Amino acid sequence: MHDGLAIALILGGISYGTPLLLAGLGELLNERGGVLNLGIEGMMLVGAACGFWISQVLSGPSWLVLLAAVLGAGGAAACMAALFAVACLTFRANQVVAGLALTILGGSAGLSSYLAAKGNLGGSAGRHQFANLDVARLGSIPVVGPVLFDQSALVYLSWALTIAVALYLYHTHWGLNLRAVGEDPAAADAMGVSVTRYRYTHTIVGGVLAGIAGSVYSLDLIPSWSNGLTAGAGWIALGLVIFAFWRPALLLVGSYLFGLVISLGFTLQQRGVNLPPELFSALPYLGTIVALVVTSSLWRGRRLGAPAALGRSYFRER
Amino acid sequence: MIRLERRSGVSLAFRVAVPCAAFVVALLVIAILLVASGSNPVSTYQSMVSAAFTSSGGFSATLVNATPLVLTGLCATVAFRLEIYNIGGEGQLYMGAMGATAAGLALGHMPGFVIILGMVLAGAAAGAAWALIPALLRAYLGTNEIMTSLMLNYVAGLFITYLIFDSASYWRNLSSAAGKVYPTGKTIPLAGSWPNLGVSGVNIPLGFIIGVGLALCSSWVLRRTTLGYRIRVAAGSHAAARYGGIRLSRLIVIVMVVSGLLAGLAGASEVGGVAHLLDPTGLQQAQYGYAGIVVAALAGFEPVGVIVSGLLLGAIASAGTQLAGIAFPVGLVGTMEGIVLFAVVSTAIFVNYRVRWTTKSTSAPAGAPSAEEVGPPPTAPSNTVTVPVLNREI
Repeated sequence: MHDGLAIALILGGISYGTPLLLAGLGELLNERGGVLNLGIEGMMLVGAACGFWISQVLSGPSWLVLLAAVLGAGGAAACMAALFAVACLTFRANQVVAGLALTILGGSAGLSSYLAAKGNLGGSAGRHQFANLDVARLGSIPVVGPVLFDQSALVYLSWALTIAVALYLYHTHWGLNLRAVGEDPAAADAMGVSVTRYRYTHTIVGGVLAGIAGSVYSLDLIPSWSNGLTAGAGWIALGLVIFAFWRPALLLVGSYLFGLVISLGFTLQQRGVNLPPELFSALPYLGTIVALVVTSSLWRGRRLGAPAALGRSYFRER
Repeated sequence: MIRLERRSGVSLAFRVAVPCAAFVVALLVIAILLVASGSNPVSTYQSMVSAAFTSSGGFSATLVNATPLVLTGLCATVAFRLEIYNIGGEGQLYMGAMGATAAGLALGHMPGFVIILGMVLAGAAAGAAWALIPALLRAYLGTNEIMTSLMLNYVAGLFITYLIFDSASYWRNLSSAAGKVYPTGKTIPLAGSWPNLGVSGVNIPLGFIIGVGLALCSSWVLRRTTLGYRIRVAAGSHAAARYGGIRLSRLIVIVMVVSGLLAGLAGASEVGGVAHLLDPTGLQQAQYGYAGIVVAALAGFEPVGVIVSGLLLGAIASAGTQLAGIAFPVGLVGTMEGIVLFAVVSTAIFVNYRVRWTTKSTSAPAGAPSAEEVGPPPTAPSNTVTVPVLNREI
């Protein structure tokens, strides 16, 4: 029984941690290049709406429809990220306010719910949803099997991307350039690295990942549409990037920890624990605050890997 | 390539003209979106103007929606001016509504003005107290206030939902038959409903009058007092303020508390003027706290401008509620707000900079490189410019 509970908690942590991890990886790439995009929540919601819409409209084999839906979700969110990039990188808008604009634009009272109303998405069950892939039939191994070898394709994607982002940042010259752009854009510029180009591409890639993260909700976790279904996960992902010290491996650990906190309520309620549902729902938000307070107070005054030029516009003054 | 030249001595007319132009651009972008989604933008805009201004009672309805927006707009303005990004206006509004409802219920047997005064004070205090949490964390532990204030929005929303839906709290109506079927809040006695000032057929809510008064007040504080001076200095550079002997931590706490107080008042006025009970669902759907950021940005973070931009966004919100349906689906209001905010932040640069479009890259001239360019890279401060988006020079 206890064994079962532990496994259920771990699986819940991975399920609900996956969108945090995907969105967090995207934001990590942005922020390593010095761009602070507070619009993740908005991009996730638009991604979720578009992904679900595509999966409801298209017909064909499930895997193909889902692939199109995930790509569509990423594409839609990338368009929003591009809007943010134009505002912040070309028109040098304040990144905090522009990010909030993105969240309000896409948010639960914004574009995502407008799209859902236009596509009549509410109330219908998903026609296609991700199934678990039992890799090499190892899923039946106790404990390790269901955790490592019997997950949905999106979970495997998130693992691959975590490794890819880590390799990219620390073992390629593009990653080195990106970090230079985030630390000291003037020096990077003097070295011949195009600050604007790096920031544009990584902001847009961040959007793609946020959109895919949103589609995890509407295609895998919930498989249906309801307004504001991400419930602040985009903001939690933003917090995670901070207390993962901008490092992909720590981000993975943090995402699963918070995924576990998010899923705790569902898991315990299924097992008859009777506490106000609001208490469980509030735990991830309170947890984020606590984690931020701990990181900021314990490591106060140290740099901790925060990109030095984070959130600042850069341009050469002639 | 774009080249930027700093403007000097920007006139007030120009400062007003740029956000106005941004608003028009936003309307055009929204029109494109409407066409793309199969609606007729001309008729949509016509019906919006009619619903919000020209129809009978339209402007009164706009004022009702503008009331919380002016107050949350001030909430964002006051904090953003100091570059303290309090985006917790939403949660502070919920807590203000909670506090005001408690006061209204507790003082129910008193004369009307005592109830209303109690609601104003309790709403402001509850909003301020909720803002105190991120304020103290930011000021003394250096915790990012954007994240903490935002997380507390969700917590506050869940808290008021718990009070009405999942507990037998003081706020919940458990006595009436309707309250047993569907959870609702206890209604504040009629004496506690906030009055309107009638001016030639237009009802001006008390909350709106308070908002206008506080906007003028904040403008005066920012321009004419030591506190305002400290805020303006610190807005330019937190480091400079600290060096100049300004106690930044205390300043952050004061500004955040005032900011939360304003959002709390917005919640109080929603209870006193509109709902007369604690309505978690309605408050969370309206999202007046987030919309306040749009109001503040459209006003160029000027308190007096907030009155005008609050009215504009109040008109959009009011039209949204009245027209809600197939032609005007839920979500169009937030979409419009987002596009307006985007247009405003993207054009803020035109206020302080003259933008020259050049055909050739001026940064890499085709001619022989000068000694400066082949020399060692210049140091960062001379090369990196943080664009002041907020018009702090005022």
